[in-house]
Amino acid sequence: MALQPPGWGGNLLYGLLNSVIIAVGAFGFGLIIGVGGAYGKLYGGPVIRDLLEVYTTIVRAIPELVLILLLYFAGTDLINRALDAFGYEPIDINGLVAGIWVLAFVQGAYSTEVIRGAILAIPQGQIEAARAYGMSPGMLLRRITIPAMLPFAIPGLANLWLIATKDTALLAIVGFNELTQQTRTAAGATKAYFTFFMAAGVLYLLLSLFSNVIIGRIERWARRGMPAAGGAG
Amino acid sequence: MANVAEITPDELPSRRRWLQPHRAIMIAVAVGLVLFAAFTMRWDWIEDYWRLAIEGMWRTIWILVVTCILGFMFAIPLGLVQVTGPRYLAIPARAFCTVIRGTPLLLQLWLLYYGLGSLFPQFPWIRGSDLWPYLRQAWPYAVLSLTISFAAYEGEVMRGAFAGVPRGQLESARAFGMSRWKIFRRIWLPQAIHRALPTLAGETVLQLKATPLVATITVIDIFAVASRVRQETFIVYEPLLILALIYLAITGVIVFAFRKLESRIPSRLG
Repeated sequence: MALQPPGWGGNLLYGLLNSVIIAVGAFGFGLIIGVGGAYGKLYGGPVIRDLLEVYTTIVRAIPELVLILLLYFAGTDLINRALDAFGYEPIDINGLVAGIWVLAFVQGAYSTEVIRGAILAIPQGQIEAARAYGMSPGMLLRRITIPAMLPFAIPGLANLWLIATKDTALLAIVGFNELTQQTRTAAGATKAYFTFFMAAGVLYLLLSLFSNVIIGRIERWARRGMPAAGGAG
Repeated sequence: MANVAEITPDELPSRRRWLQPHRAIMIAVAVGLVLFAAFTMRWDWIEDYWRLAIEGMWRTIWILVVTCILGFMFAIPLGLVQVTGPRYLAIPARAFCTVIRGTPLLLQLWLLYYGLGSLFPQFPWIRGSDLWPYLRQAWPYAVLSLTISFAAYEGEVMRGAFAGVPRGQLESARAFGMSRWKIFRRIWLPQAIHRALPTLAGETVLQLKATPLVATITVIDIFAVASRVRQETFIVYEPLLILALIYLAITGVIVFAFRKLESRIPSRLG
């Protein structure tokens, strides 16, 4: 368990760092997809709305593991085929980047639904008032919609963040060097399975508890100026 | 009879409203994709593997049903003690939910299978016991970890559901002279389950999506069958696509079943 090379502690921490990077990236890109998706679902034309419906339904019904395999193989294959068609050499896709994109695709579907619900929860009068002031759609989004929906969206998004940190473990199956994969390697090399899996569990748990503290702060910040609603918290 | 000219799009029969031109085009594209896949991809492996696939599908459903029922039975006391229980029960229940929900299921599964599985053989009395033939297999670990996980998530839901039953109902039951057990059985539990039903459908789908993880500890479920096809025949996409379709179908069945169940219960909350 020592941090220096004969021990495996350093490897575990390196794995944790990789997990956090993947989770942050996936959550961030997922959020961008989510905002776009929610806008498309609420204000888009019928075709866009139906396509997004198909996207969220399919992603939410198929296990992450299957999606990860499908997107991982199909994604790398398609990129290499495209490169081949344009006469370039096939490239080896960076595992980190692939992991982030695959998880972001999954997270995007969930955050679309969370953000859509949050936007629907904004009192319509606020948006109408902003329109009456002559705000452009971009300014409306920046000044009214996003700040007003945040208190409604944060509990759902917090759940998604916790899911993202735990979903990184699934990438171990495809062979990324994140925390769970490192743990398995370490446990296999030392035969001390119980110790290492427990240690990794503690690391994941610390990550969630730490996230919970931060989320609590963010939630208080987003709710500033709002009357304290009973029961939320 | 309404004048035909007065019928607005909203008043069209619901089937025609649903099948708008762009939807018809989308369905045509989807059918085209399916036909393209059926004729250009390789499906010859199905002949060799369909028996195994049925077996795997059966095992997936079996694990799903067993772990959901067992997990729900654990979740009821877990939720209840967090609402009313004494502190020496409420705090461990809370800690259990936090720990299980804070760590990845894959890690829990591997901890149980590789961790406990490597500890057990060191104790002769475990090796000699009647349980040993089971402990040597993989599925008890799979069922155990999935049950624990479902219990922790559902315990949290049940905590909210128990707390959400209006106090007045419980008070009036007490005023009727019902015993505590009878209040729980007749009023509190049914009301709480009713409140938890919509989330239960979602949790069951999440549980279905967690089942492929058991393939990593050598339980042959439908996901494991697809991986085996991939390894033995080097066909990558076709088994995964079929797999996705199977999970979509099972999800559809779960959602449909819960919707039926919900519609059977008269709903007037509040």
